Amino acid sequence: MGKFFTSVHLKEDLCMGCINCIKRCPTQAIRVRNGKAVITKEFCIDCGECIRICPHHAKEATYDSPEIMKRFEYTVALPAPSLYGQFNNLDDVNIVLTALKRMGFDDVYEVSGGAELVSELSRSYVSEHKEKWPVISTACPSVVRLIQVRFPNLIEHLLPVCAPVDLAASLAREKAMAMTGLPKEKIGIIFISPCPAKMTAVKAPIGIDHSEIDGVLAIKEVYPILLPHMKNCVDNVEELSISGRIGIGWGSTGGEAGSLLSDNYLAADGIENVIKVLEDLEDQKFDQLEFIELNACAGGCVGGVLTVENPYLAKVKLKRLRKYLPVACNHLADGNGEGAFWTDEVKYEPVFKLGNDMKESIANMSRVEELCNLFPKLDCGSCGAPTCKALAEDIVRGVAKEQDCIHILRDYIHRLSDELLKLDTKK
Amino acid sequence: MNNDTIVMSYVVPADDFTRAGEASSNVKGKLKKMGVPPEIVRKVAIAMYEGEINMVIHATGGTIDVTVSPEEILMVLKDQGPGIENIDLAMQAGYSTAPDNIRSLGFGAGMGLPNMKRYTDEMEIESKLGVGTTVTMKVKMV
Repeated sequence: MGKFFTSVHLKEDLCMGCINCIKRCPTQAIRVRNGKAVITKEFCIDCGECIRICPHHAKEATYDSPEIMKRFEYTVALPAPSLYGQFNNLDDVNIVLTALKRMGFDDVYEVSGGAELVSELSRSYVSEHKEKWPVISTACPSVVRLIQVRFPNLIEHLLPVCAPVDLAASLAREKAMAMTGLPKEKIGIIFISPCPAKMTAVKAPIGIDHSEIDGVLAIKEVYPILLPHMKNCVDNVEELSISGRIGIGWGSTGGEAGSLLSDNYLAADGIENVIKVLEDLEDQKFDQLEFIELNACAGGCVGGVLTVENPYLAKVKLKRLRKYLPVACNHLADGNGEGAFWTDEVKYEPVFKLGNDMKESIANMSRVEELCNLFPKLDCGSCGAPTCKALAEDIVRGVAKEQDCIHILRDYIHRLSDELLKLDTKK
Repeated sequence: MNNDTIVMSYVVPADDFTRAGEASSNVKGKLKKMGVPPEIVRKVAIAMYEGEINMVIHATGGTIDVTVSPEEILMVLKDQGPGIENIDLAMQAGYSTAPDNIRSLGFGAGMGLPNMKRYTDEMEIESKLGVGTTVTMKVKMV
């Protein structure tokens, strides 16, 4: 697998070549070329904004089909806490978990269980590493990727602990191996995910050398399969849940930060807001904070593009579900947090760089400025780039030309026709 | 113009806190795209941000010219403000002449000039009362 992977793909026949996605992309990773929206995967952070905005449903997230379960002898479902927020009048998480088993999984392991361990690890890491304040959450893979390509000075603030789902995956595999005696490759660990970024995190993990997750299913695809099973299992619900209110709280914004049991934190959600916080953080505007929780999706994971419920309603539902749960049910004393720390160094990837060395970059930046002065500054998107400046950068990178700007082209054609007219009158 | 350098010029508007920091943020973005090492970007961004805020708080805005070459980054911040009465005093950490309404916004802690000096390799202040102030800062690439 290459260093760069994107889990967003285009259904070419549906793409009209409009400018909606190029305008919305927070990293300007999309261009319309030959009438179709093309993603530069080095720039893509898998936030899913283009999937959300596309009016023609031409953008699709890559995820596995439930068929993947057949590849393994024994399967364990890893439901994200956001899954529980999708259902009306749900008052017991065990109904969802039982339904997951009825749909074909041999066992379930709640991601919220892993989340409670990550919360404990974070609590001690934050208190022991004041020099890293504010520590930045690394549970949202889009945010980690964004920092890696755009905020090199903030890399050292990243919480070097794997995401709850990755910890849950290792623990689920260990448990399954102990219970069944099967070798690890015969056990399928399948994540029920709210977002495509998790797919990328499995294929091209950051901070860890490989992910224990074998497959990623979309909440929106599992949802209709679960509903009838949920209805049918109410009289025979198994006690499968292993998590408390801290774990389930991770499903929406503020849940992770709140689990640190300190008030000295900030939680921001929605990719544009996240970028603003990171910009300010880079200028050292909040050096007094202990922790920063960032989620690319508005509302947190409940706002993921693979969910079905309105994120704010889902948040209310999670709150209701958590109400009578114990605070936390998973603790590090059990020795289950080992191996949760990152093993690989996260390095800056300067993907937006304009040249190979300073001299070339300075020359290219000067050229970008010159070109920008030539363009009408309408940011109309007709050239296929989101802004005039983005087109200028594309030209400098050698992937576009001046005449891609329809205004430049129009002037050129006018000049040409004037010349022709002059020739004509000379005859 | 020398091919190896680029000059970026900004006008900092007076009394507009919502736009203060725009110029330094723009420079930060461009420096990253030019492949300037992250720790240098950080120094320039912080020093310039402090200078920019000073122009809004104490002067009536001003202009900033940033010249980037492979060797160094030069920032020249010019204003036609009231001038600094005692530069040595102004350079002391914690000393501030910012009015209360500015302090209530979280600015005016008296760390502006000291931070600018701390994050740059060279800094010079030329100031004349009633005429204005020019701050020249240099950050070396290596």
